[in-house]
Amino acid sequence: MAKKLAIIASKGTLDWAYPPLILASTAAALDYEVEIFFTFYGLQVLRKDVGGLKVSPLGNPGMPMKMPFGPKWFQSINWNIPNAIQGIIPGFESLATVLMKQTIANNGVASIETLRDVCVESGVKIIACQMTVDLFGFEHSDFIDNIEFGGAASFFEFAGESDITLFI
Amino acid sequence: MNFDKELDARGLNCPLPILRTKKTLAELTAGQVLKIVSTDPGSVKDFQAFAKQTGNELLSSTEGGGEFIFFMKKK
Repeated sequence: MAKKLAIIASKGTLDWAYPPLILASTAAALDYEVEIFFTFYGLQVLRKDVGGLKVSPLGNPGMPMKMPFGPKWFQSINWNIPNAIQGIIPGFESLATVLMKQTIANNGVASIETLRDVCVESGVKIIACQMTVDLFGFEHSDFIDNIEFGGAASFFEFAGESDITLFI
Repeated sequence: MNFDKELDARGLNCPLPILRTKKTLAELTAGQVLKIVSTDPGSVKDFQAFAKQTGNELLSSTEGGGEFIFFMKKK
């Protein structure tokens, strides 16, 4: 019998959209049965247009700020910009997101859309938390097709018999 | 080594080489061999793990000139 993986995806930033989709698509390739329960900010990953996913270096000292272009010495510089400065520059997150997307492309890392498509194609079951859909004022039509809407009990139905459960 | 199909995974990063391999293996029949060329150093350990978990046989894993070459026999 196939092993089972259950994931709760609760983050709605570009960087944190990756772990649940990478793990789910890989597990599916390893013949796992996989279910992801998207809740709270994680719902952003299921929107038809994920162009709004952003990365924020603000309050994230672990995130290197490096330029994805120019000579090697230039790319290796880590631009240590204080939070106070980041906070007052309009569009700082958008700039960081543009740079991150370029870095992602430069490194041959898949886009969020690609990984999400692989998940859907390989039979990963996707459940969107109905409570958070209501809470945030979303409509079902905001999200991609091929997903279901449910609550905590539907997560446990699958997670209870899973070999691995992850909260991301 | 003889092979039936080749997958060019150069320039792709984790987990794409594994995902593309899974997809390409689906196009082969049991016993056929897939050659995969990757530039991702992490793929060496990943292909061993993929073979072990899926039952497809990793016939060989070699490295040269910054490329990693795998031959995998479909289960």
